[in-house]
Amino acid sequence: MLEKLSGRVFLFCALLSVISLLLIVGFVFYKGSHPFVAEGYSFLDFIFGMDWVPSEDKFGIFPMIVASLFATMGALILGVPVGLFTAIFLAEIAPKRVAKIISPAVQLLAGIPSVLYGVFGLAIIVPFLQNNLGLVKGQSLLAVILVLAIMMLPTIVTVAETAIRAVPKMYREGSLALGASPIGTIFKVVVPAAKSGIMAAIVLGLGRAIGETMAVILVAGNSLILPTSLTDSVRPLTTNIALEMGYAFGTHQEMLFATGIVLFSFILLLNFVLAKIGSKGGK
Amino acid sequence: MKFNRKTTIGILVLFLAAILSACGETAGNDTGSSSGSKATVSISGSTSVGPLAEKLAEKFKDKNEKINIEVNQIGSSAGITNATSGVSEIGMSSRDLKEEEKANGLKETIIAYDGIVVVTHPSNKVKDLTLEQVKQIFTGEVTNWSQLGGEDMEIVVVSREDGSGSRDAFQEIVGYSSGELIRNAIIASGNGNIKTTVATNKHAVGFISFEYIDDSISTLQIDGVEATAENVLQQKYSLSRPFLFVHKEENLTDAGLQFIDYILSSDGQTIVSEAGAIPVK
Repeated sequence: MLEKLSGRVFLFCALLSVISLLLIVGFVFYKGSHPFVAEGYSFLDFIFGMDWVPSEDKFGIFPMIVASLFATMGALILGVPVGLFTAIFLAEIAPKRVAKIISPAVQLLAGIPSVLYGVFGLAIIVPFLQNNLGLVKGQSLLAVILVLAIMMLPTIVTVAETAIRAVPKMYREGSLALGASPIGTIFKVVVPAAKSGIMAAIVLGLGRAIGETMAVILVAGNSLILPTSLTDSVRPLTTNIALEMGYAFGTHQEMLFATGIVLFSFILLLNFVLAKIGSKGGK
Repeated sequence: MKFNRKTTIGILVLFLAAILSACGETAGNDTGSSSGSKATVSISGSTSVGPLAEKLAEKFKDKNEKINIEVNQIGSSAGITNATSGVSEIGMSSRDLKEEEKANGLKETIIAYDGIVVVTHPSNKVKDLTLEQVKQIFTGEVTNWSQLGGEDMEIVVVSREDGSGSRDAFQEIVGYSSGELIRNAIIASGNGNIKTTVATNKHAVGFISFEYIDDSISTLQIDGVEATAENVLQQKYSLSRPFLFVHKEENLTDAGLQFIDYILSSDGQTIVSEAGAIPVK
């Protein structure tokens, strides 16, 4: 009897996360779809609308979608090379003693609460951009990109490093024996062999960047314009929700949930891509 | 795989204990607020009224040890919603109630007045604006400080988020709507955030509550009138608004009523002026 009962308890625990997922997704979709289903708002106007003025019943999030995409892409352009080279350095080149210092440092970076990244951005990056690049305001797309690029480093480095370390030793030996240089071996043999793992690292970093909220809210400026340059202040999807949820009620609140649906769709898409990469990698 | 009997029982007991204690806690709270030794008054709402309410609650609790007051700063609109739905006993608002909110049977008590002040970086030479100029700045008609007698540099507008009581009150008095606000305005959440943004950017202009005034920013005169409590009371300074406590009659407990009475007493109003807000009497 006890055996059976404890089995149930464990099953219940295991189901908790599934239940949580269903509840969250269900709740967000229920709340977020309400304005379109019951109140006659057009979903296309919501996605492609340029104006977000909740007090005047205008809900368009196109500038925010663009801001989210630009910020994430920019962070990738900066973060991926740096992260990848760090991973290669740690796995292939660095002497054990050096790796022993850098590795924990990178992992510690992952443990820093995101709001601290934001404070760092606000106290260091924003004034730096203002004073040294002559911007009228440091709160900008560029500041967001810089903060996100740093934030995604640990994800990219740890996952990519594991993937590179998993490449069998004989690949390297074979390549070196054929007369290839060590660097040539790394880029022509090891990295291609670890390709699926590295792709996974990039997608995970992407997920981290697109979902980040607290750090971004402090450095983005949260303006409601369609970003056309790196110096514009922007409002990504996540900060729109966090900024206004506290004050919102009625349709405004539901529209914030709808913003959450769009964000959630991006994350789902990423996970789908990640799953594809995983199955293609054929471990 | 076989489980050790003792471990299994241990886990189950822990589990039960956790569930029971969780139940016990909620039950305890229930009795606590109705008849128990310590009554709790829950207050939520405006981030502008919040700091004042905290100070008042602190002094009030020193005198009435049997009453506990919880203040949550979540914004005027949310506070009003909470007071309407009964989630909070009292809601705090830094703007007048809207028609549809009044229709829900809310009673309002003005506990203090507050002034809103337009602030700039201390290095900014512009020290006086007309209400019309303020409007032109925030709607993007005027975009350079030189147009206002200052240095030749771009104006960076900093505003609060849509739904904030301070922003509603400011827009109503200055006379522009959310849709007219210049698009590339920086949106900062909270008075403190606006102050930090303005204090670190010589291009910036924003608005904050009187309570938040300090040396890090420069305060502007409106139509030649200094932003002081005295000028608000004499109705010379135009950018002012009431601080409201709102409640539903049926949700107000004795403890809540005592707190409101205390705020309106001379002791309470002294604290109001000490906190930088403007007493009602």
